[in-house]
Amino acid sequence: MKMTRLAATFAATMIATGPALAETLHFPSLSYRTGPFAAGGIPFADGYSDYLTLINERDGGIGGVPIRQTECETAYNTERGVECYQSIRGDNPLVLQPLSTGITYQLIPRTMEDGIPMHTMGYGRTSAVNGEVFNWTFNYPANYWDGASVIINYLLDENDGSLEGKKIALLYHNSAYGREPIPTLTRLSERHGYELLTIGVDSPGQEQGSQWLQIRRERPDYVVMWGWGVMNPTAIQEAANIRFPMENFIGVWWSGSQQDVRPVGAGAHGYKALAMHGTGMDYPIYEDMQRYVIDAGKYAGTGDEVGTVLYSRGMYAAMLAVEAAKKAQEIHGVAAITPAMMRDGMANLEITEELMAELGLPNFGPAFSVSCQNHGGSGAAMIQQWDANAGEWNLITDWIEPDRELIMEMAMEDSLAFAAENNMTPACLN
Amino acid sequence: MPDTLLFAMEATLNGLTAGVMYALVALGFVLIFKASGIFNFAQGVMALFAALTLVGFQSGQIPFSHLINAMFGTRLHHFGWNMPTLLAIPATVLVMILLAVLVERFILKHLVNQEPIILFMATIGLAYFLEGVGDIMWGAEVKALDVGLPKGMSGAVDDVTFAWFGYGFYIDRLEIWAAGIAALLVAALTVFSQYTKQGRALRAVADDHQAALSVGISLRFIWVLTWSIAGIVALVAGIMWGSKSGVQFSLSLIALKALPVLILGGFTSIPGAIIGGLIIGVGEKLFDFFMSPIIGGATENWFAYMLALVFLLFRPQGLFGERIIERV
Repeated sequence: MKMTRLAATFAATMIATGPALAETLHFPSLSYRTGPFAAGGIPFADGYSDYLTLINERDGGIGGVPIRQTECETAYNTERGVECYQSIRGDNPLVLQPLSTGITYQLIPRTMEDGIPMHTMGYGRTSAVNGEVFNWTFNYPANYWDGASVIINYLLDENDGSLEGKKIALLYHNSAYGREPIPTLTRLSERHGYELLTIGVDSPGQEQGSQWLQIRRERPDYVVMWGWGVMNPTAIQEAANIRFPMENFIGVWWSGSQQDVRPVGAGAHGYKALAMHGTGMDYPIYEDMQRYVIDAGKYAGTGDEVGTVLYSRGMYAAMLAVEAAKKAQEIHGVAAITPAMMRDGMANLEITEELMAELGLPNFGPAFSVSCQNHGGSGAAMIQQWDANAGEWNLITDWIEPDRELIMEMAMEDSLAFAAENNMTPACLN
Repeated sequence: MPDTLLFAMEATLNGLTAGVMYALVALGFVLIFKASGIFNFAQGVMALFAALTLVGFQSGQIPFSHLINAMFGTRLHHFGWNMPTLLAIPATVLVMILLAVLVERFILKHLVNQEPIILFMATIGLAYFLEGVGDIMWGAEVKALDVGLPKGMSGAVDDVTFAWFGYGFYIDRLEIWAAGIAALLVAALTVFSQYTKQGRALRAVADDHQAALSVGISLRFIWVLTWSIAGIVALVAGIMWGSKSGVQFSLSLIALKALPVLILGGFTSIPGAIIGGLIIGVGEKLFDFFMSPIIGGATENWFAYMLALVFLLFRPQGLFGERIIERV
């Protein structure tokens, strides 16, 4: 009798809570607030969460449906990332943001099978730009190969259109992530006539003595860095130590945050990095962020990362996710969208300059549109330079376009090989 | 002189200084293992914790402020003053001594006469606990550490080698200082263990626990003493490595650099830690120099372990370790 009553209470509770859960939009965050890369993971997770909180507090959710946030700690560890995925895949996650190339590679086949969209903004598998093969993976607005190409285009501008006879060293994190730009830089070296020198650094990258001795011996004209975590400040410190001209040292967007330059102090002055979005708090959105999130004490984490580069990236990722959800609601005419509907929203996303201004982020990110075939956006990025005296990043270029023709050609080769390996026929999803 | 030889000489010189940095970490392991037979898995995290505490004191950060703010809705972060380095270092030393007392009181005391593997497991628990406490106490963001040590290329070495060979060798001034500090540390440890009452007691315990107890030496005091010294060595290692690349979680991973050094030098020998560090440092730099063009670099992590493995095959107790003979 007692058990029957308990079962009835349980059933009643489930009935009562069931619709409430269904009427939320679940945005999980696969974050890393612990482990060797926590310093980079925390601001991203905070920015992602704060933007979603702002949408809930200010707008009452998306299309009237509140956002439900969950966070799963991966510690930037691939196995733990997969465990996180297993724990949330049955809870209607609208979009996954793994924030790790290793985790992304593991989740691509799983999300394809489960029908869950994944957004890997500026990381992950570059050839996922081919939406006809990677139906459920999106990497707009830019990917690694775009980044490598943007750096070369910037250097071409700096050298009157020719890199003939120049030597460029790539200092890379010895991982799937760090090795991503090598094919692009190699192909571009054949086209532009520069010599490419690749130098790997084992994770986490605290010891780079040999690498910088090699750079000192080889005397490259430029050093391009694909680093993450402690590898970045160590490399910048070593560059300052050997008196490498800092203006000739350019990092990818994952090597261009405050965490990377502050520990080096004055030695980091002049260091450059890619920027796939703006940074700082000079955007109208921060008025709302201050009012609805910060002052209300509803911020994620400690609230002291607001406006930093990686916080801005997390916020940008959340903004793009929210806009895709709005698009999905518009396409399907329902507010409580499913992961499959969210995928449609992402595949039809259109970000214009007007929309960015309307959202309080004028010129914060590039204008781009996504299609079934192209999941990669525009690929444009800017170059920012660290001013150690003022303690701030300054944008020194406008948006620079990548060599998209070459990148799409390479992406097609890679993605079609993936399709062949997996017996897939490339096609758009209906 | 051929360029290759010059470059190899430069790599060797850098290997020697890098080796001293590894040896600094290995020293802490040796001290605890020698006195108590415990392989202290937490040594790397102790270096991180010490460096975090030092930066926290220097910048006047309020410990546990994030936790306090979350619980009480306050906005506390800093005391509003900066502590001079000369005060912050002794204050950190006191914290490390307090940590040693707490480790003895709450962990070691309860594990007397347990198998070494149990004590090892306890230090794994301690490592994760300290890592979490460090995070909550001082925050996870990257912190710059500046205790006034010079950094960057040594102009003197550059000038002298240029005058001799026509090519200026690069060497980081911080690593030259690290070598000097390591030499002082080893000298101080030697003087302490040879010429002080506590040092002799420590050696007695290291030789034979039972015999030391029978002559009235307090095992608990010796453990606190050993862990305090290891904490101070961890602070020195934390300062050196933290000055290189900032204070952040990865600092705890420097312990991985100490393992091959220990295998090579032996777990019970202070000179072994230094010599082991130098062999690993020079070995990995020269290997990287000659092999990187062929196999693409990133060899430092695995080469040190491979070198240690080769030594292990021929001399399991390490170069200076005590030979293990167990009679049946």
